Amino acid sequence: MSGWLLLFGGFPLLLLLFTSFLKQHPEKFFELSLSVESYAQLINPDYLLVFLRSTLLAGITTFVCLIVGYPFAWLTCRMPSRYRLLILIMIMIPFWTNSLIRTYAVRIIIGAKGIVNKLLLASGIIESPIRLMYTDTAVLLGLVYLMLPFMILPLYANIEKLDYRLVEASRDLGAGPYNTFRSVILPLTMPGIVAGCIMVFVPTMGLFYVASLLGGAKKLLIGNLIQHQFLVSHNWPLGSAMSTTLIGILVVMLLLYRVVLHQSDTAADRL
Amino acid sequence: MKKANQLYIAIVFIYLYVPIAVLIINAFNANRYGLQWDGFTLGWFQAMLNNHSLIEAARNSLLVAVSSATIATMIGALGAVAMYFHRFKGRKVVFGTIISLMMLPDIILAIALLVLFIILGLSLGFWSLLLAHITFCLPFTFVTVFARMQGFDPYLIEAARDLGASEGMVLRTIVFPLISPALIASWLLGFTLSLDDVIVSSFVAGPGFDVLPLRIFSMVKVGVKPEVNALAFLMILISIIFVATSYFLLKEKAHEN
Repeated sequence: MSGWLLLFGGFPLLLLLFTSFLKQHPEKFFELSLSVESYAQLINPDYLLVFLRSTLLAGITTFVCLIVGYPFAWLTCRMPSRYRLLILIMIMIPFWTNSLIRTYAVRIIIGAKGIVNKLLLASGIIESPIRLMYTDTAVLLGLVYLMLPFMILPLYANIEKLDYRLVEASRDLGAGPYNTFRSVILPLTMPGIVAGCIMVFVPTMGLFYVASLLGGAKKLLIGNLIQHQFLVSHNWPLGSAMSTTLIGILVVMLLLYRVVLHQSDTAADRL
Repeated sequence: MKKANQLYIAIVFIYLYVPIAVLIINAFNANRYGLQWDGFTLGWFQAMLNNHSLIEAARNSLLVAVSSATIATMIGALGAVAMYFHRFKGRKVVFGTIISLMMLPDIILAIALLVLFIILGLSLGFWSLLLAHITFCLPFTFVTVFARMQGFDPYLIEAARDLGASEGMVLRTIVFPLISPALIASWLLGFTLSLDDVIVSSFVAGPGFDVLPLRIFSMVKVGVKPEVNALAFLMILISIIFVATSYFLLKEKAHEN
């Protein structure tokens, strides 16, 4: 198994890193000579903009998932155990359903004559159908829709382990709901929050098909950019350089996770 | 307060399930664009069966999913057993690689494998897909089996050894029965991961070997295709069956403990 992991996991990644330092070739995928040309090409306002927008969009997606998912996970933990299991299963079903099919489903309901517009029209909130399809909002809606279970499951796993007596103790000692949340619940559930955020943020950057199916700008995510370099314009070194940069961003995030985890441990020790 | 909590949970479920419900309803809706209910029909299932390229892509996808789930479960289980019994050097490196592979965005793994296949001169098609799918399933199958092994009583194995059982006998009569629920769970997980994959497949699939996600992608890119609704219904059904199965496996495990 180790051999397999090295051959198909570690080795290709090194190859990718190597490719990112090669030169572009007009007919073949790359030319065998070392250069940092691709990285120089990356410092280009267009690409930087995509990186920025992609990070921003993934960030907003993560944030929305957290805001929706945290109360959900918390309330689920407070439910009687038979409901808890049912709720978890109902979260698992979309989680196990083909994500392309689910993106397509979002596409159907947000169309001009889709159910969302019908409901809004019927309720009198809007007077004429709004255009959701092919907007950044549609992409955000689709991304949150796909990634929400990825946020809820780690949060649930973490909140479930929380010793509720600590919350009660904090209340007994006179802390209001806000203070209890801020100085007891939040530090103790921080590992779950960060784990959930990573589970959402990392894959979101690569989900190019969501942007292609729902988005207006087709090169909205780094994933779209990388896909374009590899499958359309055949500039492999540039595509590899983009991927290497993406890995760099992710490694920084993982390091942050370790710092937060460490801080949360010390916070738990203090309690 | 209690009502408000339940309402919140209900709203999240509405968000998660309305799109799926609309898909399922449209699979049986005679109205091509699903704008209104024009009566019940099974016509889209017929259309799906008549769409040869879709059926062929589905067959290819199932072939890849079954083979990669089976092979990844076998390799993952062997790896988990080996890691459990032998505290060899480099164990940490293997764990590190597994975690990194799980964390790695699909798109990075996809292009890394594409570069590897092109350099090795492997033509893109069934074999490249199979190798790629085994690779991204492997960490998950390993972790599923390994987590299960962490839960068992080490004295069982010691007792068997004390009573004179050989290594092979221990594996056959103790380890294998204990991990078999995890084997099934990891196979289901691998199968689902493989069937669900869009990103890796769109890079390492070749022109001669069409798979379901790519077929669906090119069909829905241009507009609404009712055959896809019918297919979506079947795929949602599969995932519900799988979740139910692993739920029962889980319950059985909880029962034993």
